[in-house]
Amino acid sequence: MEKPLQMQGLFLFPTFFKIYVLLPSPEAVVKHMSQRVLLNSKEINIILHRLACQLLETHLDFSETVLIGLQPRGIFLAERLLKILKEEYKVKNIAMGLLDITFYRDDFGRGEKPLQANTTKIDFLVEDKSVVFIDDVLYTGRSIRAALTAIQSFGRPKNVELLTLIDRRFSRHLPIQPNYRGRQVDAINEERVKVMWAENEGEDVVYLVSK
Amino acid sequence: MSELSVKHLLGIKYLNKKDIHLIFETADHFKEVINRSIKKVPTLRDTTIANIFFENSTRTKLSFELAEKRLSADVVNFSAGQSSVKKGETLIDTVNNILSMKVDMVVMRHPNPGAGVFLSKHVSAAIINAGDGAHEHPTQALLDSYSIRERYGEVGGKNVVIVGDILHSRVALSNIFALKLLGANVKVCGPKTLIPKYIESLGVGVETNLKQALEWCDVANMLRVQNERMDVSYFPSTREYTQQFGINKDILQELDKEIVIMHPGPINRGVEITSDVADSEQSIILDQVENGVAIRMAVIYLLAAKIK
Repeated sequence: MEKPLQMQGLFLFPTFFKIYVLLPSPEAVVKHMSQRVLLNSKEINIILHRLACQLLETHLDFSETVLIGLQPRGIFLAERLLKILKEEYKVKNIAMGLLDITFYRDDFGRGEKPLQANTTKIDFLVEDKSVVFIDDVLYTGRSIRAALTAIQSFGRPKNVELLTLIDRRFSRHLPIQPNYRGRQVDAINEERVKVMWAENEGEDVVYLVSK
Repeated sequence: MSELSVKHLLGIKYLNKKDIHLIFETADHFKEVINRSIKKVPTLRDTTIANIFFENSTRTKLSFELAEKRLSADVVNFSAGQSSVKKGETLIDTVNNILSMKVDMVVMRHPNPGAGVFLSKHVSAAIINAGDGAHEHPTQALLDSYSIRERYGEVGGKNVVIVGDILHSRVALSNIFALKLLGANVKVCGPKTLIPKYIESLGVGVETNLKQALEWCDVANMLRVQNERMDVSYFPSTREYTQQFGINKDILQELDKEIVIMHPGPINRGVEITSDVADSEQSIILDQVENGVAIRMAVIYLLAAKIK
């Protein structure tokens, strides 16, 4: 009788620990009046590792897979995942490219200002490869629609998947869903999800900003 | 800064330095696009552009048309030779008739200086000047500076000499404006009769000795003698012009450095430039043509964004 209880305790502990870790630290919650922390750096780190493992599970050695970071904000996430896959899971030779979708957007001439482009860097063909689009926030789905058109300029992929760190539920304009999601968020249209990365903004954190 | 300060591209004179840098940065992205296996983007699906050419052109017309098609715009072409202009229709009437067919942008070449400026005051479409008489040829100047930037990393501080028929050249004037804006040092070189009076007031030096000009420069932009614009004789003979202002391998080999040779085309081989120079490693003439498409895509893209 005693032994199973001890084992139960051992198994319970990590579960308990995991719940504890996933709670945002209290000081982070009230950083600004108008913004709430959705994910802190610890949580982001755990999620990144989970996403990397999910990618590994599907794509194994990545010999037939290419990762495509979507400009401008998806490239930080793509580079983080690439780093984890290479350094911690010892996957060699993962092809990664950067795709800019500015010229493929459907709102040209409708906004106030012209849309400034970013660098596209895809020095391989995606013909018959599994393509994984990587972006930080999935909102209306229009960027992904544009990316689906844009990627065709580089060949006909075998299939295309989508990985996003934040999936904003109930806000889609198009029938597009992620295959891998970091965290699902219910946010109203007036709110904005802001993903910040240590490389660019000093720390890893995701905010929900209300106007 | 992601917007041009102008609604039309009538000349480099109307642009500022930021505009030129924005055009160059946008052209960088389009250059990547036109080197893909699929060279087309769907950006201007709902834009219609009319190319109106009242004067002959090969490169510029082709380049504009390719740029428009690679942006997925609808294109209509019009050449004065086969049109009602011959029947006495005025410029404004011709263009307004074309615009009634729901055209958003007009690319125009015209023999009269200021034709583009005039048109921009009377019609509602965005106007791109593809050469107006001996006045300006802004996209050519942009692609020339862009090609220098591509070769040297930047235009500022470089010594550029423009050689040939400066008097009749819209390329020369637009180039002078663009190069000065970007901080290059500019000299013009040619027979005294083909250098306009008071050109120094634009901040450029004048050199009548080709050898000295080439020793000074990093880039030599060779221009064609525009016989079709000459009403009187400006120099004794083509042969004498070639002897004094033509560039050949021997002259280049005597220099103690390797300079870059440019030419806006069309080339008169054996007159202002010999074949061995035009086809050499030093010449970036064909790079200029490739960059022309990227630059024109950038200009059309940025101006189309301002059409409301």
